[in-house]
Amino acid sequence: MKKYESFPVSPVEKKRRRKRERQAALITSPYLLWMIIFTLIPMIFVVYYAFTDATGAFTINNVKGLLGLEKETQNVIQSGTFIRLDFVKIFWRSMWYGAVATVVCLLIAYPVAYFVSQMRENRQQIIITLVMLPMWMNFILRTYALMKMLEDTGIINTAFTKLGLPVIHMINTPFAVILGMVYNFLPYMVLPIYSVMSKMDYSLIEAAQDLGCNRMRVFTKVILPLSMGGVVSGITMVFVPSVSTFYISQKLGGGTNEMIGDVIERTFLTETNYNVGAAISLVLMILIFICMAVMNRFSEDESQGGSIIV
Amino acid sequence: MSETRNIIELKNIVVNYDGEPVLKGINLDIRDKEFVTLLGPSGCGKTTTLRIIGGFAEPDEGDIFFDGQRINDLPAYKRQVNTVFQRYALFPNLNVYDNIAFGLRINNVPKEEIPGRVSTALDFVDLAGYQKRKVHQLSGGQQQRVAIARAVINYPRVLLLDEPLGALDLKLRKEMQIELKKMQQQLNITFVYVTHDQEEALTMSDTVIVMDKGTIQQIGSPQDIYNEPKNAFVARFIGESNIVHGVMLADRLVSFMGREYECVDGGFEPNEPVDVVVRPEDIKIRQKNEGIMTGVVETVTFKGVHYEMIVNVSGVKWMIHSTKAAEVDAVIGMEITPEDIHIMKKSEYSEVKEVPFAENGGETEFEEV
Repeated sequence: MKKYESFPVSPVEKKRRRKRERQAALITSPYLLWMIIFTLIPMIFVVYYAFTDATGAFTINNVKGLLGLEKETQNVIQSGTFIRLDFVKIFWRSMWYGAVATVVCLLIAYPVAYFVSQMRENRQQIIITLVMLPMWMNFILRTYALMKMLEDTGIINTAFTKLGLPVIHMINTPFAVILGMVYNFLPYMVLPIYSVMSKMDYSLIEAAQDLGCNRMRVFTKVILPLSMGGVVSGITMVFVPSVSTFYISQKLGGGTNEMIGDVIERTFLTETNYNVGAAISLVLMILIFICMAVMNRFSEDESQGGSIIV
Repeated sequence: MSETRNIIELKNIVVNYDGEPVLKGINLDIRDKEFVTLLGPSGCGKTTTLRIIGGFAEPDEGDIFFDGQRINDLPAYKRQVNTVFQRYALFPNLNVYDNIAFGLRINNVPKEEIPGRVSTALDFVDLAGYQKRKVHQLSGGQQQRVAIARAVINYPRVLLLDEPLGALDLKLRKEMQIELKKMQQQLNITFVYVTHDQEEALTMSDTVIVMDKGTIQQIGSPQDIYNEPKNAFVARFIGESNIVHGVMLADRLVSFMGREYECVDGGFEPNEPVDVVVRPEDIKIRQKNEGIMTGVVETVTFKGVHYEMIVNVSGVKWMIHSTKAAEVDAVIGMEITPEDIHIMKKSEYSEVKEVPFAENGGETEFEEV
């Protein structure tokens, strides 16, 4: 019995493929240009500032200062003592808040995405529209509205008081900041997971049942591994903006829950120290990149595409 | 055959989807170790019947028995059947080995037993050495084989196959038909096979179940189905056929095309209207005025093994398959032996063409041509 191998590619087909590649390059060139001007060149600037001092001379003291390794550089003195003392703390707080918000989003979004994908087509569309609805409203407006609601005299506590319940202090707490992140970024978790699940071939689920899987096993052996691509995308799309947010922590954290985004904003705008600001940005970027790479490596065996980074 | 037990029995199965009847009371016995094919056009209910056996669809009415036990409420994962799905449904995140071992692991087969059984299964489908391949690296034919291996490794009592060859090219499909039949004999289990391809059904099956519009039209061996179609639907669906209106005058005497002919069927009411079926290959071309009918050749088409000719007999088109071609416009005689005139009861599939023949001008038409 012969084996059925794939056909070798003919020279004509090779030529055709090369032509298609050229066409693809032409079509994507505006986007590439955009990326070069607004992403690549600014990145080069960030790296340049991060490794130079105020006079433009090369230095690694900016980065060392952030990590608490270099205590007496000019930059640290210029930007006050917060960097040396608090940077690591603020950095971990950002990562921690981002991670908690991501996990909460995942716990909410996964079941939602799963059950919506099981519904009838027209109902799916209604619910997905509802999920996306908040995104049609301005981000700042949404956060501001949440701030008003969470205040000690806000709508929630007013209602509590009327019901004879004690006022719960929510605003300016870690809870408020994480709630703000979950509220703002939840759709970015629901959509990629839903998209993977709704495209899942139903016969795979039947095949699993056929081979002896009960409902639980169908979930753990088929649905979960095949939806990992969407989960990875969702985590990326929630974790990255959560870690680097500054507006949410300012409005809902009230200055006592300062995050790394706030520090970057302050270093650039208030202290106009581009070198240290760039160094913080660079370190944050590299750490996020490492987080994502690690996660992608974990899910590589399981995922079926859908991942958007690395 | 009658001494073998029924492994599956369907009793008056009714299924409706959104108020539309899909199965209208299916009664079906499937004998153990038999190759059974559900054959019919798309939408006839054959796949639904298979899904009911597999546990993927629930009947609105009726009972399903497996080995004498009623299994209506038994979920799919507890049934002793395995399925080869239409698009194979291989797990894309697993390689060939893990796909095939899937059922064994779920059913807690001892770990040390698994590698041996997987390689036996791979040998069985002629894919030895493919363990590490990813599913997307396989051709359609190879994926098909993996799907079969994944199903049979669990030693099912019944293997369900839902149009498994539909996506393969003709040559591969023919090879697989023969192989599947061989596999069924080697495994010595029941195969329930769904297809819309009549040739596939005739090639592989012990029993063919012809379905249409949610009802069973005929159950029988491939020979029975082909040679003794029960109604016009079966006659048209299985192979080519000429079907004309006739009247049964007495046992072994039928009238059609304005004349009386001898035949071999009986058991009809006197003067009962019937459908008369003649297979195109059963008509022999003779000289003009020889044979039992005369007609004018309208078209001749070369079909490879034979020529297909359309012959106008008094305004009725007859199809003839013959290895010898006649000339277009030639007047020919047609010989049909009594054994090749098949009589069927009238059914909803009969075309109502009961125009009395004599009034139509009759045989005189030929002379004018």
